[in-house]
Amino acid sequence: MTKNSRWINFGFQLAALVLALLFTTLILLAAGAPPLEAYKNIILGSVSSLDKISNVLVTWVPLLLASAGLLVTFSAGLWNIGMEGQITLGAIGTTWALRLMQDSTLPPALVITFAILAGMLAGAFWAALAGALKTFGGVNEIFGGLGLNFVSTALTLWLIFGPWKRPGVGSMSGTEPFPETLWLPMFPDSRLSPWALVIAVVAIVIVYFMLQGTYFGLRLKAVGKNFRAAYMLGIPTWQYMMISFILCGALAGAAGAVQVTAVYHRLIPSISSGYGYLGLLVAMLINYQAAWAAPVALFFAALNIGSIQLPIVLKLDSSLSGVLQGMLVLFVLMVEGVRQRLMRRS
Amino acid sequence: MKVELHSIHKYFGKVHANDNITLDIPAGTIQGILGENGAGKSTLMKVLSGFIQADSGEILLDGKPVIIHSPADAIKQGVGMLHQDPLDFPPMRIIDNFILGAPGGLFPNRAAITRDFKALAQEYDFSIDPESYVDALTVGERQQLEILRLLWLGARVLILDEPTTGISASQKQKLFATLRKLAEQGKTMIFVSHKLEDVEALCHQAVVLRQGKLIGEMKKPFDPKKLVGMMFDKEVSLGARQSAKPGEVLLSMQHVSLEDVRLKLKDLSLDVHAGEVIGLSGMEGSGQGPFLRACAGLTRPVAGHVKLKGHDMTGKSYHAYKHQGVEFLPAARLEEGLVPGLSLTEHFILAEEPKGVFIDREYGGKLAAERIQSFNIKGTPLSTVESLSGGNQQRALLSLLNDPLSLVLIEHPTRGLDIESVIYIWSKLKERCKQGAAIIFISSDLEEILQYSDRVLVFFSGKVSEPLDAAQTTVEQLGQLIGGKGWPEKKAA
Repeated sequence: MTKNSRWINFGFQLAALVLALLFTTLILLAAGAPPLEAYKNIILGSVSSLDKISNVLVTWVPLLLASAGLLVTFSAGLWNIGMEGQITLGAIGTTWALRLMQDSTLPPALVITFAILAGMLAGAFWAALAGALKTFGGVNEIFGGLGLNFVSTALTLWLIFGPWKRPGVGSMSGTEPFPETLWLPMFPDSRLSPWALVIAVVAIVIVYFMLQGTYFGLRLKAVGKNFRAAYMLGIPTWQYMMISFILCGALAGAAGAVQVTAVYHRLIPSISSGYGYLGLLVAMLINYQAAWAAPVALFFAALNIGSIQLPIVLKLDSSLSGVLQGMLVLFVLMVEGVRQRLMRRS
Repeated sequence: MKVELHSIHKYFGKVHANDNITLDIPAGTIQGILGENGAGKSTLMKVLSGFIQADSGEILLDGKPVIIHSPADAIKQGVGMLHQDPLDFPPMRIIDNFILGAPGGLFPNRAAITRDFKALAQEYDFSIDPESYVDALTVGERQQLEILRLLWLGARVLILDEPTTGISASQKQKLFATLRKLAEQGKTMIFVSHKLEDVEALCHQAVVLRQGKLIGEMKKPFDPKKLVGMMFDKEVSLGARQSAKPGEVLLSMQHVSLEDVRLKLKDLSLDVHAGEVIGLSGMEGSGQGPFLRACAGLTRPVAGHVKLKGHDMTGKSYHAYKHQGVEFLPAARLEEGLVPGLSLTEHFILAEEPKGVFIDREYGGKLAAERIQSFNIKGTPLSTVESLSGGNQQRALLSLLNDPLSLVLIEHPTRGLDIESVIYIWSKLKERCKQGAAIIFISSDLEEILQYSDRVLVFFSGKVSEPLDAAQTTVEQLGQLIGGKGWPEKKAA
């Protein structure tokens, strides 16, 4: 029977995928674009050359880190919408540490390590703020997180145009780039750093095992699924919520740190690049199952990269990938709701 | 308005909540409706006020058969219901509350409505300022507001569901005076209550419901003994009573006072001994719930001390109590006790102290298989708790209790369970008593209270009786006390 229901589940998920594609096709038709051509371009744009594949992986790293962090907060029943701000703060923390140490005599490897740790700390701090607002101030984490996102954006702009501005005049292109010695080592001729890949993969593996096999993970899930019963079972509930915020923030901070040390080598205004929100989509789509985070995040990264050339080739906006991603999540959630309704009736 | 109900039937799943109820209420009558929790009173009133539709049967208003589709429809036809918890909007002004339910255009005429409101309030001698906010009112005043609103909307039949719960004595007098006046004007009052004295003081006639059936009716003057007999029936033998030899004092409540929105419990003292079972009896919402939660640190007393095995625990959290071997088993099993979505195995692992960082799945599986067998739970280690039946959920909750255990607090240990589960669950609980634990439980089943308790506390409107010896108490006596009869005068203040 369980085997049967697994096939049924799979069928429903397949239906969601088909529906999302259908709906996106409708939008393309309405916009007067050839759908098949567009899909072909997305696929080619993401896998047709080594360069493109490496770009997909560059996008995959922060997205996977964000998804890993969000799995932790989702398990605790929290909607950490403040992810964007936490990534931004991670980037700020890393930039701050690099600026502080770039003229020191410390070996670069150590400087980069410290800088990444500083980013994780800053992200964790920002998440802890949202957590404290919820726990002690009664502010829902969605509102707290959203507010903190705006603050983090303002903070970035202030730093870029104020204290950390380029010699001469500050500009939207960000702070002065760091010397190449302070970059995470890259594969030749690409922006892809093996170290960034390692960080992301280690993070998701740790989160996977934490949620699957540890007391901490199980208790976190209990808190998320039934706060009151978890308290009755003796679990210190608000402490667990705070810890999950902090862990998520640290992973977000790592994503920001990677953006600074491996991709942009400086602080830019939109350093979080929407990976926080995209990570929320991934986490919703995989519905708490950490094992799916890596492939789904990869798929989303490929969509993002693949749609970059749409404006040039088909005069379509590259936000089409966002439409497809959003549709996918909406239809998966909807189909899941329909499935549960049908199950209840039968 | 004359109200007639003919052969009303209502099912909820398999439960026959209203079984062939026929009731005639002449205009200008105050009709009492008595019965214990779950007797079908509320269902009947919901049918009459349009909240739900009867499965079969007929409603006649002034001799005309009517179909009532919704509460709004009911008030159009002249039937208004005053709910136990007033259905108002606390953060809003009184006059806005008043206007909300009114039919009318986009722009209500506030000035005219305010005039109406003041006139009505004066007629019934209520002093409520229409411009103040609802959350500043007492429960009694909110009731008055609701009565005014229903009258203004043209109600000629008023249904009052437990209206005397949570209001002061003077407000009760005022309420009764108002109801009598309304009855004199030819309006029909339906007064739903479990308080015998209120029904005696107010009603012209009364009926008793039990298990969905109309058991009997009586006109003024009432014979309270007979009414009690009709309300609480006794059957089903649960076997011989076992009494415990109480040991040392485990829990000591010293001059504890508790407060919530509706209720104040004052100056309670109780010593609970190892090995004994204490039953808390009373209609729902009489104060036993907060009292039981206070024994576990889930509710903080506003005054007094709680001592556990000699330690002062006043103001400590439930987790501190739990550390001392106190366990609380809530009635809302899936809301407060168990975690839907997690399996039985995961529950057993959660209830144990963590051993290291990683979960030993093999040990967990073994533990689950063991407990499932010894507690006779119909489910597998991988069953999620919400897939279990109510009786098996209760067994699962019991099987989560850890050792050593000194005090178990249970809300409705056997509510909704079949008789086999009842006997099984109590045998498990009695085992715990033999090992030296004490049990305090709430139940609305009088048989269960008398059968399994050593001592009984009766709660009535925030008053608490002296501990009664369960072996010396009869169902009738208990029923009288629960209905507010036979309380010593000194306690009545």
